[in-house]
Amino acid sequence: MTHWLAMGGYAKYVWPAYAVFFSVLAWDWLAPALKRRRVTRALRGRIAREQSRKPRTTSAEASA
Amino acid sequence: MSRSYIPHWMHWLGSPPNFYRFAGALRPWLLAAAIVAAVIGLYGGLVLAPPDYQQGDAYRIIFIHVPSAWMSLAIYVGMAIAGLIALVWRVKLAEVIAMESAPLGAAFTLITLVTGSLWGKPMWGTWWTWDARLTSELVLFFLYLGVIGLYHAFEDRRRGARAAALLALVGVVNLPIVHYSVQWWNTLHQGNTVDWMDLGKSSIAPAMLWPLLVMALATHLYYFASILGRARTGLLSLEGGKQWVRELVGAPSR
Repeated sequence: MTHWLAMGGYAKYVWPAYAVFFSVLAWDWLAPALKRRRVTRALRGRIAREQSRKPRTTSAEASA
Repeated sequence: MSRSYIPHWMHWLGSPPNFYRFAGALRPWLLAAAIVAAVIGLYGGLVLAPPDYQQGDAYRIIFIHVPSAWMSLAIYVGMAIAGLIALVWRVKLAEVIAMESAPLGAAFTLITLVTGSLWGKPMWGTWWTWDARLTSELVLFFLYLGVIGLYHAFEDRRRGARAAALLALVGVVNLPIVHYSVQWWNTLHQGNTVDWMDLGKSSIAPAMLWPLLVMALATHLYYFASILGRARTGLLSLEGGKQWVRELVGAPSR
């Protein structure tokens, strides 16, 4: 195992390369997921605001 | 404008709500397949394949470097095709796919440049050299960044997408330069590893070739999984005012 991890003396080049590969792809996977949550939350807020505005008879509702 | 020559299923899939559901159903399977392929490919490449007789174990960077380089070119082709469709037919889904391809392509190009640098240092004695292959790949990275930047420079996102799609199309000239650079110029970078016309003629042993091809499959599967997810998010934010999106996000259970 240690022999394998040593990568014939090239460990300090091989493993960082693999770390870069996986971390960049992890970013690629997470960034749109976070954006999706942001977009969804903003849309929910917009819908809620619109619905609270509609029934004008209950003007007591705060315009959040 | 007649679109009758477009098959029915393309019409169906081109509609944002249909695409959203279809992509959502397909995506987990593609990611799972990509992970399985990557585990097999990396086991073959990092454990089973023997060390290279010249480069020792340093060559094992090839199993991520070359598939990422292929993806950096393939994603650009996909982005340009989607961009062309967006420019000619103004299909919203094509705009979204073209624009969402750019960060993904930039990610694979960045991986290619950094892993290449980490491979170059022990083999050539330098992290970077202005040779034709490296320089044209760097230009590719800047093209992706240019597309992203131009897209975000417009207030109207659909206009921004079309302007950026035009830039993407112009940048296509760089693709053959990247691919043939190692043949056209005397480069420090080694020649193409895989001969697609005749796999047997490839300058790589079979024990090293199959993990490389399996990793190429894994990165392609990942690409499809990622672009479907990105396009879903893009559609959601672009179609925010539409009824189908309101029903989707309005429902308490996501």
